[in-house]
Amino acid sequence: MNSEKITKFILFAVSLIILMISAGIVLSLIDGAMPTFKEYGLSFIFSPDWNPTEGRESYGALPFIAGTLITSLLALLICLPLSFSTSLFIAEYYHKTKVASILGSMVDLLAGIPSIVYGLWGFYTLRPLIISLGLSDQGFGVFTSSLILAIMIIPYATSLSNEIITMVPTELKEAAYSLGATRLEVISNVIIPNARSGIVASYILALGRALGETMAVTMLIGNANIIPKGLFSTGNTMASLIANQFGEAQGLKLSSLIAIGLLLFVITAIVNAMGKFIIKKLS
Amino acid sequence: MKKLIILLLAVVLLASCGNNQSKEDSSSKKVTLTAAGATFPMPFYNLAFKKYTKETGLLLTYGGIGSGGGIRSLKDQVVDFGATDAFLSDEDLKEMTFNAIHIPTCIGAVVIAYNLPGIDEIKLSDQLLEDIFMGKVTNWNDSKIKKANPDVELPDTKITVVHRSDGSGTTFIFSDYMSKISTEWNEQVGRGKSLQWPTGLGAKGNPGVAGTISQTEGAVGYIGSEYAFAQKISYALVQNQAGNYIKPTIESISASAQGAIPADTRVMLTNSSDPNAYPISGFTWVILYGEQAYNGRTKAQATETAKFLQWLISPEAQSVAQSVNYAPLPAKAVELSTEILKSITYEGQPLLN
Repeated sequence: MNSEKITKFILFAVSLIILMISAGIVLSLIDGAMPTFKEYGLSFIFSPDWNPTEGRESYGALPFIAGTLITSLLALLICLPLSFSTSLFIAEYYHKTKVASILGSMVDLLAGIPSIVYGLWGFYTLRPLIISLGLSDQGFGVFTSSLILAIMIIPYATSLSNEIITMVPTELKEAAYSLGATRLEVISNVIIPNARSGIVASYILALGRALGETMAVTMLIGNANIIPKGLFSTGNTMASLIANQFGEAQGLKLSSLIAIGLLLFVITAIVNAMGKFIIKKLS
Repeated sequence: MKKLIILLLAVVLLASCGNNQSKEDSSSKKVTLTAAGATFPMPFYNLAFKKYTKETGLLLTYGGIGSGGGIRSLKDQVVDFGATDAFLSDEDLKEMTFNAIHIPTCIGAVVIAYNLPGIDEIKLSDQLLEDIFMGKVTNWNDSKIKKANPDVELPDTKITVVHRSDGSGTTFIFSDYMSKISTEWNEQVGRGKSLQWPTGLGAKGNPGVAGTISQTEGAVGYIGSEYAFAQKISYALVQNQAGNYIKPTIESISASAQGAIPADTRVMLTNSSDPNAYPISGFTWVILYGEQAYNGRTKAQATETAKFLQWLISPEAQSVAQSVNYAPLPAKAVELSTEILKSITYEGQPLLN
């Protein structure tokens, strides 16, 4: 009984610490962002201007919100067919074979590569490739960053989807087969409806990861503080801007960077909430 | 289980004993100086600090956190001195708790690096700099570039402007020069550690800009001279106020500091009127408080700080600066700095005499 109480107390205390840390982060972000919101109000979110030059300072978050959302959603779009096919290959078609287990661990390995390495690879290999394909003059931009982001989030989308797809009861699948269904019909009529919410959850997780990615994006997006004009235009994301400009920032600029951090936090929270809502709707 | 806990406790106790002892030792014997700030002079400071530690045994640490960070650290009184590439404005000075003073430590320059295979010399006039960095001239075979470089066979390659994505003293010096030579730049972009760029793409730090330029044909950008010289990047000859095209070298950078320097040394050296001067040059400074008794600092700490800075502007340290591609201070700047160092006090008493 006594040990039970102790365990309960420890668990409670640890959970409380986590809760306090999250609350502390939010509070200090709000506190730091206050001067900016006092100066610009909500128009900070919609202003396309980011001018840190002393004497003509003007800050707006729109270019970075646009950059973040465009690169992340594009990355999700590119990653979708790749990782979905991979999940089906690993968890359904070649389930429990050697090929599948090797492929599975290769995909997991992708998650272990530090983002700076992805950045380097993108800088020295992917970018020249894009230039030589004639897609863009200098190879930096939204598309290049989305491509690298897509590769980075594949393992997040794939491994969870794998689990979910394998968890679809074999009885259901066998029943479908016995009714004369083809493999494709089993996938579209049995596996997808059953695993739907889990698969969506895995893509939301992947999107969340893409939103916050900093290093690889900063090396490839071109860091121009403008709203991207097209797929191959340069731009900047929220995380990348903060990483770049935090060192020299002070005063209103510092506060604006913190405000962008707060907005990124809010966007991630919204994405997560949307994910939870969709999962609830689907299951 | 019990044994394990006892063992753990014993280890923790032992470890903490060891720590205490070593701390007491170091504080009773040695003074440690802490400094932080600009990354621009870091190769010089790293080498000079190491040399000074070797000679005197005084421990020095330097954090390359950026000029803004250096100023903030001094304001928060967590360092013995800060370092910055942009001098404090009158407004900044007012915000400091105590009277802050500037000591220049060396001269650096900003070079215009480019990537045009097979072309090892290119001349850029004031007008061309404006046109290129404002995005008005977008191809290397533009007639304006040809006019300034009649002997060079310019390729039909698009110009990609590369600038810093992080705030930086290098950007400050470059934009200060641009504001002086171009009214259009002055009106539309202005001077600062980070800017609203009319064109181009950003890369982080000198290595980022240099790497992007070397990987992109037709790229042009600005890089700190200390980095460019060490990396053997091709860089342009820039037209100075007298109209001469000058190659950035230690000598031509030094020449930019031959003009008048105010008593507090707060001056930008860009666009020097000296006919041999490379025009995009600038001092880098350390900043500290004129009254050293603050935040519980001991007199020993204050004395060591002043002594070290006195050494940093001495010929011995200046030759270290030269070995890592900075131009040494001119005699006038050393003279002024010596005066400023002598004015440093501890509880009203001067530290050096």
